[in-house]
Amino acid sequence: MKIVVCIKQVPDTAEIKINPETNTLVREGVPSIINPYDLHALEAGVQIKEELGGTVTVITMGPPQAESALREAISLGADEVILISDRAFAGSDTWATSYTLSRAIKKIGADIIFCGKQAIDGDTAQVGPETAEFLGIPHISYVKKIEYIRDGVIRVQRMMEDGYDVVESPLPVLLTVVKELNEPRMPSIRGVLASRRIEIKKMGMADIEAREDCVGLKGSPTKVKNIFAPERRKDSMMIDGTPEEQVEKLIEEMRKIKCL
Amino acid sequence: MDYFLTEEQQVIRDLARRIAEEKVLPVRAELDEKEEFPWKIMNILAKSDFMGIYIPEEYGGLGYGTLELCIAIEELSRVCLGVSTTYAANALGTYPILLFGSEAQKKKYLPDIASGKKLVAFALTEPNAGSDASGIQTTARLEGNEYVLNGTKQWITNGGEADIYTVIAMTDKSKGARGASAFIVEKGTPGFSFGKKENKLGIRASATRELIFDNCRIPKDNIIGRPGMGFIIAMKTLDKSRTGVGAQGVGVAQGAFEVAAEFAKTRHQFGSPIISFQAIQHMLADMAIQIEAARSLVYSVARYIDSGAKDISKESAMAKTFATDVAMKVTVDAVQIMGGAGYMREYPVEKMMRDAKILQIYEGTNQIQRNIIGQAIIKETTARM
Repeated sequence: MKIVVCIKQVPDTAEIKINPETNTLVREGVPSIINPYDLHALEAGVQIKEELGGTVTVITMGPPQAESALREAISLGADEVILISDRAFAGSDTWATSYTLSRAIKKIGADIIFCGKQAIDGDTAQVGPETAEFLGIPHISYVKKIEYIRDGVIRVQRMMEDGYDVVESPLPVLLTVVKELNEPRMPSIRGVLASRRIEIKKMGMADIEAREDCVGLKGSPTKVKNIFAPERRKDSMMIDGTPEEQVEKLIEEMRKIKCL
Repeated sequence: MDYFLTEEQQVIRDLARRIAEEKVLPVRAELDEKEEFPWKIMNILAKSDFMGIYIPEEYGGLGYGTLELCIAIEELSRVCLGVSTTYAANALGTYPILLFGSEAQKKKYLPDIASGKKLVAFALTEPNAGSDASGIQTTARLEGNEYVLNGTKQWITNGGEADIYTVIAMTDKSKGARGASAFIVEKGTPGFSFGKKENKLGIRASATRELIFDNCRIPKDNIIGRPGMGFIIAMKTLDKSRTGVGAQGVGVAQGAFEVAAEFAKTRHQFGSPIISFQAIQHMLADMAIQIEAARSLVYSVARYIDSGAKDISKESAMAKTFATDVAMKVTVDAVQIMGGAGYMREYPVEKMMRDAKILQIYEGTNQIQRNIIGQAIIKETTARM
């Protein structure tokens, strides 16, 4: 079983700052972590490897400092890590990122691709499904349980608001996972030591044979026009009590301001 | 203080601390209250390679030594002595196989112990044989290709939870201590059952239970070493493990010291934080001095053992005695510094104080340790004459 896990390095804080000139995230000086959902994706991959055999390759697209996230992935059970990095990839939106990842995965080859359901910095939840589209393979999002994998078929439970769907898919397949799927393990002693010694493979434009007009800022159809923090309003009020009392008070307040 | 730890030792320390803080700390009060065996934590430690630290690589371990094991024990003890007792007792039970087992026994048992698939317990103590190990009454009678075990072991750490038991029993009562032998008994063997589970003052997350052997038949090959070697196997095992009890002392003392120092900074009386008072400062200073001295001794003895030294009885007894006496004193003082708050279950130091007491008692009371040191002094001074 060849398993590929896509991870993203994200800033480790709620205090995300935005550069007012470029309207992009300021990443300097903020400690970085592996996107929490991606840890569940990695754990899922490692568990399947332990049960069915195979290898887990972790990839990330990002600047050279994303290497530290890949090293951490080794300490958590990954066999191989690849940094997908090139100056040409800078400024990619979800479309260009998905395209780039799909090119890399095509080169690596995979039976199952795991992604976290979304990144905690961008929150789009688009990259997983879009990558599957570029690869021309099925995807199942919000996976909360893997029931089985056999005879080239995977059967999973997909988390829905009012329960779950049971979905089957042929392999290869891309899954995006929710945190209910598993509990990510702690690093191991062997893993931490290996993570310090492993050589990180790199893939750039030439390695993945990407089209120049599909990557980076140039290849990104998304244009950020403005990002701002909503102003804090002081005229808000909280309504307490039982639901019945709250409704009564709410109606009363709405009448006061002639909404009703 | 910098103990010039190797990269591997630092990795073990940092990871053990992270597991202790993230996985043990949130549940330690509950484990203590409910007397719940920490299986979940043992499984985490197993997955993170901690069960095989001191087991050679050829048997699936990491191939490190006593110091590395002591560092892991110390970090777990800093947060919960109940958890660290469970962890350390696993090594205690494994040492007879590691030190004296046949190649076949090592191949059969050590890989599963190193991976954490199987937990181990060491069974020496009996109702009439504690400090005096020669008073053992459990017997092992050879019948054809089997040994038949009869008797009761008492206060066995990991009893009932462990899969593998290294048991000391008499094969020839007429020979006294020289008539004891060591055996491997697996859980589930007919005639082997578990009795009373103890309700303890401290280390309540760890299981302490009676083992009952009633015509329990085990293969003849399950003897460790030769018949009559049981006493020496038990003593060499304790020599090897004792430094780990010292590391437990260092860890729990460090944990209690940190809590007390932090409390003293935030607790105000007479208009000032109590840490500004000399009475408190001197208590904290004495605690810090003793902890550092204990750690230095434990690490030095661990390094001495790892250097391949043959006779380690005296040194390991010194490390155990000193560090565990320090643990008792420091944990009592931590409660004193915190006053009423220290006595309450909302704070962790009352548990640390309850837990620390066992360190002066198990794996040889500190009085027995002083006997061992005394005997060594007599031997050394006689040799010099």
